[in-house]
Amino acid sequence: MKIVVLSGSIAGSKTRSAARYTAEYLQEHYAEHETALIDLAEYAMEFADGRNYLDYRGDTGMVAQSIMASDILLLGSPIYQASIPGVLKNVFDLLPGDALRDKVVGMFITAGSQRHNLIPEIQLKPILSYLKAHIVETYVFIEERSFQGSSIVDDDVRFRLQRLIDDALTLADVYARVRELKDEQYGF
Amino acid sequence: MELQFDANKGLEFGLYTLGDHLPDPATGRRISAEQRIQEIIQLATLADQAGLDFFSVGESHQEGFATQAHAVVLSAVAQATRQIRVSSTSTIISTSDPVRVYENFATLDLISGGRAEIVAGRASRIGLFELLGYDIRDYEDLYEEKFELLLQINREEVVNWEGKFRAPLREARILPRPVGGTLPIWRAVGGSVGSAVKAGRLGVPMVLAHLGGPVSSFKGMIDVYRETAAEHGHDPAKLPVATAGFFHVADSSQQALRELYPHINEGMKITNGRGFPKQLFAQGVDPHNVMNIGSPQEIIEKILYQHEQFGMQRYIAQMDFGGVPFERLQHNIEVIAGEILPAVRKYTRKEAA
Repeated sequence: MKIVVLSGSIAGSKTRSAARYTAEYLQEHYAEHETALIDLAEYAMEFADGRNYLDYRGDTGMVAQSIMASDILLLGSPIYQASIPGVLKNVFDLLPGDALRDKVVGMFITAGSQRHNLIPEIQLKPILSYLKAHIVETYVFIEERSFQGSSIVDDDVRFRLQRLIDDALTLADVYARVRELKDEQYGF
Repeated sequence: MELQFDANKGLEFGLYTLGDHLPDPATGRRISAEQRIQEIIQLATLADQAGLDFFSVGESHQEGFATQAHAVVLSAVAQATRQIRVSSTSTIISTSDPVRVYENFATLDLISGGRAEIVAGRASRIGLFELLGYDIRDYEDLYEEKFELLLQINREEVVNWEGKFRAPLREARILPRPVGGTLPIWRAVGGSVGSAVKAGRLGVPMVLAHLGGPVSSFKGMIDVYRETAAEHGHDPAKLPVATAGFFHVADSSQQALRELYPHINEGMKITNGRGFPKQLFAQGVDPHNVMNIGSPQEIIEKILYQHEQFGMQRYIAQMDFGGVPFERLQHNIEVIAGEILPAVRKYTRKEAA
């Protein structure tokens, strides 16, 4: 399966650190899958202007096409002003409607305050539902104190990220089988 | 020439092609652009011989298409056919000079002996804006300004006009003039109600494209179009509506789905970057779904139901998307001519009282 780990921020380091950990864990323990880490901070992204995603060039086109080609998307996002960062919303805006159909999407959220822990429920999940993603319902919420430099020093966070990966892979596998079953029923 | 639909003849039946040039998913191979264009002309010839009413070719400037110069292809179609009406579906008027478009289609009308029409649209993919030197931020304004100029050129042989996106026209005589003096000009409408409202406001005929979904949704759009037209002082009874969508006939609906699905799904992946969900496609055979896919009898019933709901004057079928082999198109036309068309005409004809 094709897995994209997306670090959805260009500021700060927590989301990137969690994304790196997630991607490295996947590469190490699930080498049979193809994992790519996309850190938005490393790309020159254009703003979405309504064109088909195939018509974006350069980094913007690469990011949009990688997400569209993936089976699993693991999204990292910080919480800014009680929502997701504009750069991450821009990524969603590049994509067509129903872009995440048949894809499993898991989330890990970094934040400076516990007060933000329901923000993904009200800000991020509606976007993913609209794009028809199969959402891994439980997300990983990570606070500042779980990091030291760029390392995750909180074992509980590591365990929860590992479970997120495991859940996403399991769900993707199950949904793939469901599709196969349905295909047989359709008979075309 | 004003469009005259004779209710005594029943629903008109036509074909349209987007001019896509895609591999056949069964073999992975793609015929040459030369062969594709020849086959489009051949398809039009067969449709003409089979007594269909209309044949049209689309303009797309992205990869995977072969009829960028659709007016040139249409002139060959005109020369190869005798009765069938020839049109674009659609001419992208936003990124064209309406003067040149009119010159081309008036000429097409002279070549075809008065059979030409224009369907003007604004493109779903926007790569052609960059290719042809337009700014995508003008997407809406370009369409409205150029569409209205096209209508004005059609109404008036000598044009005085000033606008934002083209040099002014002063006492400009736009020639040649078509056989009947004017050309039928339609507005292409996709999936949005807003587009149908705008067409109604202008009081121009509408071609409504429908890829799939319930008849009731598209009926809503047609109702809104007619209501808006009436609110703006146009007589809806004089505004024809054409509907356009996928068509494939086989011995059974299951076979039709099996034969067509890979073409639509793979073709859409290449041209739009997304396939067609199988679940939605499977619903295409429902009698109340707009996709005309199934056995001859099922398709007849679907078209009659659509006609009853929409009250459209013309239905145009897209049967060649995604590298469908030519023999399959031939078979479709044979069944249309032999079974579908006679029934559709018989049951949609208004009996002379």
